[in-house]
Amino acid sequence: MNTLPLLSLLTLLPVVGAIVVLLAPRKSARGIAIGFSTLVLIFTGLLWHSYDAGAGTLQFVEHAAWIPSLAIEYHLAADGFSLLLLVLSAVVTLISLAASTQVTTRTSLYFALVLLLESGLFGTFTALNFFHWFLFWELSLIPAFFLIRLWGGQKRESAATQFFVYTMAGSVTLLLSFLALFLATGSFDFAVLTQMAQQGTLLPAIAAHFHGNPSNWLLLIFWGAFLGFAVKIPIVPFHTWLPDAYTEAPTAITILLTGALSKMGVYGLLRIVLPIFTQQIRWVQPLLLWLAVATIVCAAAAAFAQRDLKRILAYSSINHLGYCVLAIFAVAGSVNPVESSAALAGAALQLFNHGFTASVLFWLVALLEQRSDGKRKINDFGGLRTTTPMLATFFSIAAFSSLGLPGLNGFIGEFLIFKGSFALAAGPSSIAAIGLFITAAFFLTLLQKVFTGPAHERWSGMADLSSAEQIWIAPCVALMFVLGVAPQLVLGLVNGSVSLLVQQIR
Amino acid sequence: MLAWTIYISFAAAALVLLVPPRFMTLARWLALVAAVTGLGISLAALIANPTGAPVTLAQLRWIPSIGAQYWLSADGISLALCALTGLAATAGVLFSWNIEYRVNEFFALFLALIGGVYGVFLANDLLLLFVFYEIAIVPKYFLISIWGSTNREYGAMKLAIYSFVGSAMVLFGILSTYMLTSGLGFGLPELAQNSLPHHLQMWIFPLVFLGFGILAGIWPFHTWAPTGHVAAPTAASMLLAGVVMKLGAYGCLRVAMGLYPAALDPWGFHIFWIDSWRDVFALLAVIGIVYGAAVALVQRDFKFVIGYSSVSHMGFVLFGLMTLTRIGLDGAVLQMVSHGILAGLLFAVVGRMIYDRTHTRILSDLEGMGLASKLPFATVVFVLAGMASMGLPGFSGFVAELQILVGGWNSYPWLTVVVGAGIVVGVAYTWRVMQRAFFGVPVESIDQYHDDHEFSPITWPEKAGSLLLLSATLFIGLFPSFLLNRIATALASPFFDGLRQGRW
Repeated sequence: MNTLPLLSLLTLLPVVGAIVVLLAPRKSARGIAIGFSTLVLIFTGLLWHSYDAGAGTLQFVEHAAWIPSLAIEYHLAADGFSLLLLVLSAVVTLISLAASTQVTTRTSLYFALVLLLESGLFGTFTALNFFHWFLFWELSLIPAFFLIRLWGGQKRESAATQFFVYTMAGSVTLLLSFLALFLATGSFDFAVLTQMAQQGTLLPAIAAHFHGNPSNWLLLIFWGAFLGFAVKIPIVPFHTWLPDAYTEAPTAITILLTGALSKMGVYGLLRIVLPIFTQQIRWVQPLLLWLAVATIVCAAAAAFAQRDLKRILAYSSINHLGYCVLAIFAVAGSVNPVESSAALAGAALQLFNHGFTASVLFWLVALLEQRSDGKRKINDFGGLRTTTPMLATFFSIAAFSSLGLPGLNGFIGEFLIFKGSFALAAGPSSIAAIGLFITAAFFLTLLQKVFTGPAHERWSGMADLSSAEQIWIAPCVALMFVLGVAPQLVLGLVNGSVSLLVQQIR
Repeated sequence: MLAWTIYISFAAAALVLLVPPRFMTLARWLALVAAVTGLGISLAALIANPTGAPVTLAQLRWIPSIGAQYWLSADGISLALCALTGLAATAGVLFSWNIEYRVNEFFALFLALIGGVYGVFLANDLLLLFVFYEIAIVPKYFLISIWGSTNREYGAMKLAIYSFVGSAMVLFGILSTYMLTSGLGFGLPELAQNSLPHHLQMWIFPLVFLGFGILAGIWPFHTWAPTGHVAAPTAASMLLAGVVMKLGAYGCLRVAMGLYPAALDPWGFHIFWIDSWRDVFALLAVIGIVYGAAVALVQRDFKFVIGYSSVSHMGFVLFGLMTLTRIGLDGAVLQMVSHGILAGLLFAVVGRMIYDRTHTRILSDLEGMGLASKLPFATVVFVLAGMASMGLPGFSGFVAELQILVGGWNSYPWLTVVVGAGIVVGVAYTWRVMQRAFFGVPVESIDQYHDDHEFSPITWPEKAGSLLLLSATLFIGLFPSFLLNRIATALASPFFDGLRQGRW
């Protein structure tokens, strides 16, 4: 075992980067930030390499007392899911920094905040003690808020406030739920709580501390925790903050929001809620599944109705994460390990693919925006295929990946999710499949309106991607093909952890 | 050694008064040295007593005929609150560096107030505690009515009246206790051990608790707090919210709950769901939390927002006390310290850094000034203090509220859910005021702001004071065990036997 606190160092590295960025001259801020996040990416790559994926257990464990009187410990570790998201966060942050070419005011602060956000993500994806986890969960919110508030578009003020207050409201219910669990169990440790839930000692513990029916209390506690994650992912009807926030945020920050921040919610649902509240999910499973279906179908339909490129992609993000939510709720209490594993592996894969593909899509939108003076309505464009062939090619590939074309990365994840959830929850899954068609419809409409058809005169002089931009984006697009053909690269990392989780929730 | 905090404060007050008004710098430095010394002694005492067990500092006969003693002692709770007093005093002096009107008198009154506060936290004799408590009230009136701003006479008078009504209730309780326990004198430990009969406690407790509670801003007797805070000069607001409100909460815990624990038992009948004084005060505390936050949400004056936020935050203290669990009481004491630091910081930003430069506190005026770019230091301090105040983890407020809420789940689960709503409103008002005051869109069309009006730069005392308080809240937020261990021991001491009743 390693004695170096690798995960702490990983979390600390972006903070150091942020401090250096603030102290360094303004002109070099972006360069330093990219340098640090490249280092971080290499670091996560090394962690992936040294992780024993076969076992799928928690590794790189760091464990120390912190606040003994409250059973709060400094407890960090990573399993397959965590590592996947650590790598994803590192990739997405790098993409976001690469896309941040238009920052002109308070440059140093901007890049420092992006790096702090990265640190918050790392902390959230590795912490195993509620206190520690919640610290990073909340602290990632602050940089995100200011990045929207200070560098966002016209309506940034209300968008940022809405984003913040919604998420905080969810956080408060989440906090109250875990405090109730702490009162009953005396523990903030996710592993301990999971164990108690599986051994059936959680319910008696609640009964000992709360008057009334302990099942009802535990259900209330579950809803509190659920709400915190539902707002973050988001799940319909708690999604209304998202379109405004994604649209008003500078596009480079939208990349971070959709690519990494939204994953915090799904990760929490998968790693924290699912194992601890398996039983409670079972009780209200139909309702939860239909919420997931509503998320998938309504978000896709809403995306279809939008005309602003960023809003379309924002709703599309809700839709894509809805599939993960469907898989997570479908597997709770399932006695079919094969299908459960398929659904969970699919969800993990979908997390990675969506994070990656959506980041690239928003990046391409950012590049398009730079060339069109901020115009983003799909009706403003037309025939861009002839004026900007490279942009059109890359955008089409990413769009096809996002709508789940076989051969590209998006397909396998959704395929596995549906393979698993059809077997476990046939009704909701078949309705959810409608979402797939609507997604295809709106992406094709988008491609058609923007890139084909008669060339819009106004954009006849639009420059195609520069070679520097092509060098940045080409590898990302290439990776979509690679993962589409060899999803085993990602699946291999999570398979061990998936089977452990499936055992836990049976 | 800790007793010297009191003597040094009073001695320095007298000394500063002797400084001729012309030597303003000398008066300031004298006050600063006294405050820093007090802080140093308190911190040293805190570190030197890692268990937080009660230690007697001085015990002399004072008025033998009635059994009153000059008895000072410190346990973990007193130690934590003395350290808070030291912090608030030091920061208060630093943030009053720009006062030029009757400087010597200002600092003399300021230090006298501080001395009284130290006295209350250290007194182990009921009569002595009450005397120090009264000493602390008098300077407040003059600080507000002479150096205050908006509606200062009204604010000062209202505060004085409320304080004296509270004191009268406390005094009545103290005297009844003295009479009814004939011969025991005023020593707190003796009175706690030989408790009054159940039915007498039932009648004295609400008087004393409410009497102290008024100063802690208990709803609906909180209205002195916002007006007093707003009228007071910056340093006095910092002390009022930072330590004076803590005197009330401390009195509630040490005197009301410590001496009359049986009064927290059920009455034996109930009105709606309320069947004890404990329920009554828990309900009032929760109403205070939600009401204070909701009213703060709609204020037009920046300082009123902070004033009402104090009412809301002190509601947490009172709610924590009423949970009657170890963890809830731990949280309540920690919340006293935490709120003392944060309220000081917030008032410093609003009253000193902003108001002294912009000469307005109306949010709609501040909105057009673009303060975020003109006063970046003040902005960063306010954002951090706001984050801490809304209870984000990593800062002191979170650990305190976390414990209060755990205690709340134990004793009042439904009220705890209401408190959760109050926290969300707290987030909303903090964020609203931050956005409007600092990140408003500069109004280009109005001439008075268009001429690139420059504010005087932030001075070193302001920076030092802000850094002191910010590092304190971060330290407590990340390493709360430093205080929690000591507070827990104090709550486990024999003095609180009656209150514990085997509950923890």
